[in-house]
Amino acid sequence: MSGVRVLVGTKKGAFILTADGKRDKWEVTGPHFAGWEIYHLKGSPADPNRIYASQTSGWFGQIIQRSSDGGKTWETPGGGPGKTPDGMPTGESNKFVYDTSAETGKPLTTHQWYDGTQHNWEFKRVWHLEPSLDNPDVAYAGVEDAALFKTTDGGTTWKELSGLRGHGTGPQWQPGAGGMCLHTVVLDPVNRKRIFTAISAAGAFRSDDEGKTWKPINQGLLSGYIPDPKSEVGHCVHRIALNKARPNVLFMQKHWDVMRSDNAGDLWTEVSGNLPTDFGFVIDVHAHEPNTVYVVPIKSDSEHYPPEGKLRVYRSKTGGNEWEALTKGLPQENCYVNVLRDAMAVDSLDKCGVYFGTTGGQVYGSADGGDSWAPIVRDLPAVLSVEVQTLP
Amino acid sequence: MIRVVLPHHLRTLARAGSEITLEIPGPVTMSSVLDALETKYPMLCGTIRDHVTQVRRPFLRFFVCSEDWSHETPNKELPDAIASGAEPLLIVGAIAGG
Repeated sequence: MSGVRVLVGTKKGAFILTADGKRDKWEVTGPHFAGWEIYHLKGSPADPNRIYASQTSGWFGQIIQRSSDGGKTWETPGGGPGKTPDGMPTGESNKFVYDTSAETGKPLTTHQWYDGTQHNWEFKRVWHLEPSLDNPDVAYAGVEDAALFKTTDGGTTWKELSGLRGHGTGPQWQPGAGGMCLHTVVLDPVNRKRIFTAISAAGAFRSDDEGKTWKPINQGLLSGYIPDPKSEVGHCVHRIALNKARPNVLFMQKHWDVMRSDNAGDLWTEVSGNLPTDFGFVIDVHAHEPNTVYVVPIKSDSEHYPPEGKLRVYRSKTGGNEWEALTKGLPQENCYVNVLRDAMAVDSLDKCGVYFGTTGGQVYGSADGGDSWAPIVRDLPAVLSVEVQTLP
Repeated sequence: MIRVVLPHHLRTLARAGSEITLEIPGPVTMSSVLDALETKYPMLCGTIRDHVTQVRRPFLRFFVCSEDWSHETPNKELPDAIASGAEPLLIVGAIAGG
């Protein structure tokens, strides 16, 4: 019987939740990497046993972990124990160095700091890992300060795709309160040369040549917190999602506003409709119904919790504008958690499972497309990310 | 033989015990100790000092024979007590909590 494996990154370690296809009884392992911040874990679509994890610490910096057995054991690629290199130390797997080469790293730029002055790029951490759709040794890493890196050797070495940071608008990019992070990487499952990224607070970008060249795709976004609300860049995009069967249709949760594009980001229109608030972080699309979209409205950018203390997932079955509150099994009083941008995922079973994690340490799951919910775990550290693998 | 004591999280990352021993053929300096440490435990590269600049990460300190050597030049020779293994080099993380 098929099953699911939910990968949960938290402020104090990683947890792996597994269940069979009924998704009613769960086995929980963890904490893996106890005490470290795990910003994100994600499994390879090409090999479900291959999982990448971003392990980070204010003390010790960035570590990349890799599992080849579905999360039972882990290694630091390129730096595993028991090796006795006879030359200089390797440890390349943790090394994210911006491209400054004359061939591909020019022009060197700075970005905008909080006060509007220019600031040098400084690597801080990996926010998001996106494994290739067809090669388990290939993966992308979205990092802070915003840039995109790629590995082709299973995470042993990472090389910046510097065409994004250097395409021209870089000096206008600015950090949000959480830092200037590239947090979203979406690979087009049909046009394999196309990659979408999103940066807080620079906006959305698209490459049609496997990451060599990039362009901003922010037309139609309206952001009142920047001098020109219709600017080419500067928008605080929180998340982008698509359905694999219809990759030209994108859904976006922006700082404020839920948006939709029917042309791969060339133009966006607002589909917030009847949401109680259109601020939020997560957005995802049903695995089998391209017009069914999920968001978790958050009260405001200064009050990061659900409106009225009610934790509600909102679902649109019409591709936006018309939304219904999903409340069965979710707390409807005194709930003041947040749901962060990487903390929602859907499986591809029938019926589609939907999962999200909260800053209060709960991971909720629905095995019926959102009609009803139950906590899988409820006392973890603050949840930073949730991903799900549908297992054969 | 040089003895090095790591913070808890780096011990678990390196899958090492409470104290690490290193052999250093040449002059024993902070730089040569860290080079040897990263050679033996390559997963520690970048966790104590920056990959490129080799600058100590700001939340870490180096304690040598009850003295703070965090701001000494990396090529200054360490005391005989460290070089002989009589005393361990302590790599210490800033206190967490509040």
